Amino acid sequence: MANAEGGHADRRASNREAFARRVVGRAHRRVDAAAKVTGATRFADDLVLPRMLYARLLRSPHPHARIVRVDTSRAAALRGVKAVLTGRDLPTPFGILPVSQDEHALAVDKVRYVGDPVAAVAATSEDIATAALDLIEVEYDVLPAITSPEEAIEKAEPKIHDYAKHNNLQKLTNLEFGDVEAGFAEADHIREDLFFYEGSTHLALEQHAALAEWSPDGKLTVWASTQTPHYLHARALARVLDVPASRIRVIACPNGGGFGGKSDPMNHEVVVAKLAMMTGRPVKITLTREEVFYCHRGRHPVLMWVRTGVKRDGAITAMHFRSLLDGGGYGSYGVASMYYTGALQTVTYQVPRYKFQGARAFTNKPPCGPKRGHGTPQPRFALEVHLDKIAEDLKLDPAEMRLRHLVPPGTLTANYLRVGSIGLGACIRKVVEGSGWERKFRQLPYGRGVGLACSSYLCGAGLPIYWNDMPQSAVQLKLDRGGGVTVFCGSTDIGQGSDDVLATIAAEMLGVDLEDVHVVTADTSLTPVDLGSYSSRVTLMTGNALIQAAERAREILATHVAAKLDVPPHRLVFAGRRVFDGTNPERGMAFVEAVQLAEAAHGTIGTVGSYKTPTAAGRYRGAGVGPSPAYSYSAAVAEVEVDPETGIVRVERIWIAHDVGQCINPVSVMGQVEGSIYMGLGEALMEEMAYRDSRNVMHKIPSMLEYKSPTTIEMCDVVTYLVEDPDPNGPFGAKEVGQGPLLPVPPAVANAVYDAVGVRIDEVPITPEKVLRALKDKAKGGAARCGPSRFPEIPWPEATRVPPPWEGGDGSALGDARRSGGSGAPRTRRSDAVPVPEPDGPRAVKRAR
Amino acid sequence: MARRRSDAAGKVRVGFEVNGEAVEVVVPPQKTLLEILREDLGLTGTKHGCELGECGACTVRMDGTPVLSCLVLGPTCEGRSIRTVEGMAHGAQLHPLQRAFADLGAAQCGYCTPGILLAAEALIEANPTPTRNQIKEALAGNLCRCTGYIKIYEAVELAAAWMRGEDARPREESVYGER
Amino acid sequence: MLRLPSFTYLEPKTLKQALEMKADAGPAGMYVAGGTDLYPNMKRRHQEPTVVVALAGVKELRAGGQGRSRKGKATPGRGVILGPMVTLAELTNNAEVRSHYPAVARAAELISTPLLRNMGTLGGNLCLDTRCNYYNQSYEWRKAIHFCMKKDGDICWVAPSSPRCWAVNSSDLAPVMVALDAQFLLVGPGGERVLPAGRFYHNDGINYLTKQPDEILAEVRLPAPDGWDATYHKLRRRGSFDFPVLGVAVWVRWDGARVADARIVLGAVASVPQEVREAATVIVGTDLSDEAIAAAALAAFKPAKPMDNTDFGLSWRKEMTRVFVTRALRELRDRHHA
Repeated sequence: MANAEGGHADRRASNREAFARRVVGRAHRRVDAAAKVTGATRFADDLVLPRMLYARLLRSPHPHARIVRVDTSRAAALRGVKAVLTGRDLPTPFGILPVSQDEHALAVDKVRYVGDPVAAVAATSEDIATAALDLIEVEYDVLPAITSPEEAIEKAEPKIHDYAKHNNLQKLTNLEFGDVEAGFAEADHIREDLFFYEGSTHLALEQHAALAEWSPDGKLTVWASTQTPHYLHARALARVLDVPASRIRVIACPNGGGFGGKSDPMNHEVVVAKLAMMTGRPVKITLTREEVFYCHRGRHPVLMWVRTGVKRDGAITAMHFRSLLDGGGYGSYGVASMYYTGALQTVTYQVPRYKFQGARAFTNKPPCGPKRGHGTPQPRFALEVHLDKIAEDLKLDPAEMRLRHLVPPGTLTANYLRVGSIGLGACIRKVVEGSGWERKFRQLPYGRGVGLACSSYLCGAGLPIYWNDMPQSAVQLKLDRGGGVTVFCGSTDIGQGSDDVLATIAAEMLGVDLEDVHVVTADTSLTPVDLGSYSSRVTLMTGNALIQAAERAREILATHVAAKLDVPPHRLVFAGRRVFDGTNPERGMAFVEAVQLAEAAHGTIGTVGSYKTPTAAGRYRGAGVGPSPAYSYSAAVAEVEVDPETGIVRVERIWIAHDVGQCINPVSVMGQVEGSIYMGLGEALMEEMAYRDSRNVMHKIPSMLEYKSPTTIEMCDVVTYLVEDPDPNGPFGAKEVGQGPLLPVPPAVANAVYDAVGVRIDEVPITPEKVLRALKDKAKGGAARCGPSRFPEIPWPEATRVPPPWEGGDGSALGDARRSGGSGAPRTRRSDAVPVPEPDGPRAVKRAR
Repeated sequence: MARRRSDAAGKVRVGFEVNGEAVEVVVPPQKTLLEILREDLGLTGTKHGCELGECGACTVRMDGTPVLSCLVLGPTCEGRSIRTVEGMAHGAQLHPLQRAFADLGAAQCGYCTPGILLAAEALIEANPTPTRNQIKEALAGNLCRCTGYIKIYEAVELAAAWMRGEDARPREESVYGER
Repeated sequence: MLRLPSFTYLEPKTLKQALEMKADAGPAGMYVAGGTDLYPNMKRRHQEPTVVVALAGVKELRAGGQGRSRKGKATPGRGVILGPMVTLAELTNNAEVRSHYPAVARAAELISTPLLRNMGTLGGNLCLDTRCNYYNQSYEWRKAIHFCMKKDGDICWVAPSSPRCWAVNSSDLAPVMVALDAQFLLVGPGGERVLPAGRFYHNDGINYLTKQPDEILAEVRLPAPDGWDATYHKLRRRGSFDFPVLGVAVWVRWDGARVADARIVLGAVASVPQEVREAATVIVGTDLSDEAIAAAALAAFKPAKPMDNTDFGLSWRKEMTRVFVTRALRELRDRHHA
């Protein structure tokens, strides 16, 4: 055990050569599949406890108002009502990011969007709780509403939040990597374009639900449909309820779909906990579909302007990108979302000089946050359509142009993102060949077209949301004397298959069958921390943590088996539920025997493993968003049919190739690719968070019927190619697949519409109305385009100038005090973190910023 | 006259069959089949996504016909036979549709799955050799946000083949991608 | 979970019982057929009957078939009588309807989803409550806009200065029935009456039917299939779930190569299925040449005045009238000349 860390890599390599993988990479039934197809999976709303009460929330009917008075006496007096709460009962603010602790479980002094929770009731039935809501009297002093980012820029008053940086802009950034003006001067051609990407919501089929139980010994348990039990536990419940985290247990139930919509600690989760504490009874809440629309945290609407200089062969000399995000009423993940709209432009094609200016506005609408692709589908749409136009300007084939200028593997980009493996070239070639691109592009009959787009996404955010030096993911492994293996991990299965990833890797590493592995996840009392199911981090981080724990377990077993068999430990192989000599497979023992042998000699067998991301290279303010241990890549070709009389676009087929590094379970990988295409298709064609703009800024269509989610009839055919370019940082080389494949869909569709009928729809969704308008415009000799026409003036802060690596930069900003220490200065992770990190601890947020 | 027998609290007694077993509940008349299944009978396999007939998550079969249980009143179940996802497997033996959905990853989060399984089962019983388009039409009332429906189509096709007695296997490309 | 409010649920077995129960309940009572319209409305509290009289068990309302009335007598001209409680799925799959009234089967097949069609009925779709983005919302949502004229409020948010409600007739079958000149038998406390479909609807979002609340739509009588043709085209965002944002039902009677008579009816652009006589007049006497069709499409386009209260923008929907009328007429022409 003394040198348990030694020689892992060697042994893993030798095993790999000697014995092909048996589980990893092989298609198999997910370990949670049987429960799901029999209805046995217990989602949060399926839970019932004795004496359980039901909670409902009273929500604001005004987009912006001061709360003058709340009278709950009539509601409290209603028979069956057991408790009524208002904002005063929960005065401590919370929020997912340290820089925006701007939410309250129930509004205290102000409401900021129609649907903002104001009061809560717990009663013996849902009907009584609902009836009680109508008895709560709230007097409001209605304030003018900020309805758009443009208004947020202009209007200093009323301020939605006092901490906004400029008028109602929450946050602005201005980053310049190299001298972009010099880059533009070198260009043979410069193009500028404006794009708009409409907001959309996750629309997970499961409505959010939470159940809380307070035990007489002072412990709180909360079951919730959350993607981030850790943040709910440590950052929301403990803080707001003023109960030590050590006395709170959060169990994330399997989520009935997440897509980012259950990544924030939510009002109702805190409220049921408080109600359970007040009443001493379990309290459950299940939101209605309409309320789920108000929780939102979905795709930010983003207005974008991009200017790119290129050489005749399409090589980019400089790029300048601006984005303006409509954030809604609260911070959520918004500051990170804003940085993400400028982060990943550099990881696909070489961008030697890059400038990004971004701003996020507060408006009186439900808060936006992270939706599948978090902040990157919008700029990816802009960039890929913009490049399609540039290719046409230069008379280059858009696929060829992209292939020529790919970022080489191992690159440190202008904004200091470290790209490891990049299978994008293979991806482009796959879809070009598969789709028949060369005989279709600009050659199909009028009304039919093909379009190509590419993308990249992170495999986990490089930094935890709250800066600390602890692992981002951890696993405990228990080997029992029956030969069973139990994996304990804080990760949360939201449908993506993370439980199966753990079981698969455990089975592979220890040479047992999937059926021998038990997975216990997402329970803050039983499982070590995993930060949550967001940013496509789970496979990479939990996988690496589990590999470490499994190696340590193998080490223990190997020591004792080797002694018994009298073979060197490094020759031992774990496979086929046996532990044996790799040079003489006859010589060995059953895995269960090995466990018993080791347990007798060593004591109970349990190991731990954990994972921390590599230190990011960027050291400037803002460098915390974008770094990742690895980047996945996708390329897609869409073939569409456009009806020129109606403008209706039908996407017939999408060819997609995704560089996943290495499949853990190809069944899950295929499902993630197809599901991403689906969600991208919805955003490309029809999904839209629509608000009524006059009088009350309220959601126009908060229903499954009127929020248009593609049905079986709209879904296109998909041809999927899985490209496996293993990444050195991924477990078995694995990279993400849950989000990346969504990104190329909207731009590929937009580019295909242009190929079909010659009009540019520079915004999503690409509705028939927009297509027809552009076609009419084209017929009149107009611009043949539908899209935004201006980017507003924004008082950008002074640029942070960061020389790129090839101009001698070390990742710091010019003029930054830290730089004066020279390149030998220690790279503290603190300085990397964006949003600006707070030290651990609940008091930190109260400090003035 | 057919005014229902109701107790003092306006509740009615309803007897029907769920997954082959006789059940009797006493419920207020406005209680929907969805609520009765989940809350009175503990059959939480039937899900809900809107309670307005706009998503299909609550699909069950009533006398064989797939219906939206969120819009079926309890009293109308009198004497009927209801089938839910809990009734599909034979003991520990999965129904071929369940097996195919599990094998192909047609259930991701699994929340729309019960409803889709029942709609698909009714389709295959009526039409043992459904085409891809017929499957799309039959499942056009069940929203799924995870899968993009493709694995669902493939699973229905696979299960239909099994139910016809064919020795079918998943296509290599559908689990590993095109080569 | 959204739940229904409490109400008294009555299950009559005969028409007579149903009428009596409704009479007893007075204005607080409502009939329900499949429940796919009423129950969502009740869950969102925009229809609030305290007595619900279910028609599902009323045997007389399920009968139907060619040449038979509910009393089993042959009808003049040998059309088909449809029982209003036939489900939309049954209507879609009815061999008789499919072969002789394909436009009816088609319209039924395009309604909502297969699941809903297993529950929703012909009568229910014909009596479908008018719809509006400001009305088909929860109680809380409507309260936040201070309600609307159709329920609990004073203003029509679609046209705030208007004295009337502009909720939209969103039935797919209604325009087809008007185009076919189907006859509806209504049975009420005072006896029976027969109305042409076109007079069943009233151009007001609130009082959208001429049927009295106590009356029951008891029969839908389709004309004999003798030398006429009809079709229905529906526009909506998705190929499932969605109500029409435009429906075009066209009926033509051919006299050799020429159109002898025609009716063109637009759905989902007004509170009633809107018959555009001007458009029909244009094609009578023609062989449905492209020019005639274009003229008819223009004539249908002009009076179409969709309001801004459904999915999609109103100007695009209005524009689509021309395209969809053209396509419907072309279909009929091509079928006739085939």
